[in-house]
Amino acid sequence: MARLYEYQGKQLLKAAKVPIPQGEAAATPEEAGKVADKIGKPVAVKAQIWAGGRGKAGGIKFASNPQEAEKVAGDLLGSTIKGLTVEKVLIEEKLNIDKEYYVGVIIDASREVRAPVVMFSTEGGVDIESVHPEKIAQTTVDVLRGFRLYDALNLAVQLKVPNKHLQSIAQAIMGLFQTFKGYNCRTAEINPLVLTKEGKILAGDCRMAIDDSSVFRHPELGIEVAREASTPPTELDKIAWQIEEGDLRGTCYIAQMAPEIKELNYVGYHGIGGGGAILGVDALNRQGLKIANYADTSGNPTAAKVYRAAKLIINQPGIEGYMLGGFIVANQEQWHHAHGVVKALREEIPKRPGFPCVILLCGNKEKESMEILKEGTADLPGRFEFYGSDKVYETEFLAKRMKALILEYRKDRGIEG
Amino acid sequence: MAILLEKNTTVLVQGITGREGSARAAFMKGYGTKVVAGVTPGRGGEEISGIPVYNTVEEAVRVQGRIDASVTFVPGPGLRDAVFEAIDGGIKFISMPVERVPLYDILEMMAYAKVHGVRLLGPGSIGAISPGIAVMGWLGGSPEFAKKVFVPGPIGVISRSGGQSGTVPWAIKEAGMGVSTVLHIGTEPVLGMSCGDILPLFEKDPETKAVAMFGEIGGPYEEEAAEAVRTKTFTKPLVVYVAGAWAPEGMRFSHASSIIERGKGSAKDKIKSLKEAGVHVVDRPDEIAPTLKKLLNVQ
Repeated sequence: MARLYEYQGKQLLKAAKVPIPQGEAAATPEEAGKVADKIGKPVAVKAQIWAGGRGKAGGIKFASNPQEAEKVAGDLLGSTIKGLTVEKVLIEEKLNIDKEYYVGVIIDASREVRAPVVMFSTEGGVDIESVHPEKIAQTTVDVLRGFRLYDALNLAVQLKVPNKHLQSIAQAIMGLFQTFKGYNCRTAEINPLVLTKEGKILAGDCRMAIDDSSVFRHPELGIEVAREASTPPTELDKIAWQIEEGDLRGTCYIAQMAPEIKELNYVGYHGIGGGGAILGVDALNRQGLKIANYADTSGNPTAAKVYRAAKLIINQPGIEGYMLGGFIVANQEQWHHAHGVVKALREEIPKRPGFPCVILLCGNKEKESMEILKEGTADLPGRFEFYGSDKVYETEFLAKRMKALILEYRKDRGIEG
Repeated sequence: MAILLEKNTTVLVQGITGREGSARAAFMKGYGTKVVAGVTPGRGGEEISGIPVYNTVEEAVRVQGRIDASVTFVPGPGLRDAVFEAIDGGIKFISMPVERVPLYDILEMMAYAKVHGVRLLGPGSIGAISPGIAVMGWLGGSPEFAKKVFVPGPIGVISRSGGQSGTVPWAIKEAGMGVSTVLHIGTEPVLGMSCGDILPLFEKDPETKAVAMFGEIGGPYEEEAAEAVRTKTFTKPLVVYVAGAWAPEGMRFSHASSIIERGKGSAKDKIKSLKEAGVHVVDRPDEIAPTLKKLLNVQ
């Protein structure tokens, strides 16, 4: 799911008539100072990162004037919080908090439900998982009937919200659900929903993630990579996404796992088929090998798509080997993979003599594919091992072969380890 | 006997004139499936591999009479309408070999199917096969390859991976056994038929003596299987492998259904709940077939 930053999510909430604090995002300390000046009140300066528990990790600071805002923004921008680099801060009016509520919408995929669930709690500002179930009201949405304002009111009534705040809280719940539905979110959360000492209801923070398959419906969000991940896309992720985006024939999925490799034992990994690709990694890990990237080319992709994926994978600096983990007896004609991989190997292996490549390719047109692989690499200076169906579930064996070739390759280059 | 796909099951192909639709319609028919009609708006009156094409599902049903099942070869954004149309046409089993379907569309399909008592397989399911009887979707790829990989026998197979729904039966065949029906439940974040629906069908099928499942991280599916065994809605031997022990939280690995979310869905948790229910959990996929063999006393 493509995650949104707090400042982006709040703009969507505002459009759905959920009140938000006065404020703007800034990428430089100067901009931050200007925003604080415009607000003209004490402000909160909030690091924009994809992580919960931001406050405790030092990601939220307060400032009583624009100069101070500029200074704390300078401290936050470029710093690393919870392993993520802060590229933007959100400067907002500081709220006088009287009470914090929680509103969230998730999708329950369990068999009995398979529908959105709207949750409301009088215990906001903390992780909802830690709240006692009695303090959470929730309702499952019948998507054919829709979610109505009185459903939102009922949630608030259930937890005895005082009459004078009922309307505004129900409006906020409604606004969040409309945003969830309108922007095809996978999850959406306002936590906390703040009641100020002045009696106003405002979205204090929000987290939203757009469903990957719905990103195309919302070009206005400017999402670069419609791919589920816990961190923003790396440069390699972006290039990989371009391979996928322009060509819908089959799937090419690549995710960088180790952006900078500083140690031994990393393998460029090229899986085929989700399940098979995942189980190959299990075996590599048992041999003490790690994957620099995860990848999956399946669903009958063209040779051109497979070639671009393989080339990108082999080119990662610091890897000691390449594994084509075709742990499936595939229904797709495997010669597209054979052709694509051979082309990438012919371009890349001469640059790194002795480079280990363990290649497993099984299924439809396997015999022909093996011939393509063997002939196409016969004159290359790499270490190649090719395997077919009889080794499809020999995950341990193949991981051990990968490790053995890597050790030989290290010896060639005089590397200890 | 088998489940869902039986000898007389009549099948419709929605999107029959497309690249995949036409190729897989020919494959399904070549394998022996009763493909009675196809639908593509604007192409009514044509034929694809001898299968009559209609403009709408309603038209197909009017001419052909009741149709049991449909396979939807349509792009993700068009799937919701295709499924609603099939449901309105009285079709009771719909297999959806389609990925990248907007999530809210999926929820609407699920709700509409539930109201009408229709079974959905997928989205993102490469299909179902009852060896020697019928196939739906692209499981098997070509008649020759499908015949080689899937041989009839007593094992039901449920897979969360498309590729593994061919590989597990292949390993079972190599071990000298065969399969009754194989189902790939799909790859999208919310799915139709899953273990809680399928295991009771295998329970009732006299030909199925045991079930093998290829599990993955994320989603509630392995827990459903554990629940079915615990509550005795499924009492035959069940052997499960769960892939993805290494996977970190919050990241998608190929399938949108394979994400560990909110701390739930890790391989460790799934294996724990399966083992507690008394399911045979294997550590490696190559142990699936030998374990089944032992449980069924096959020599």
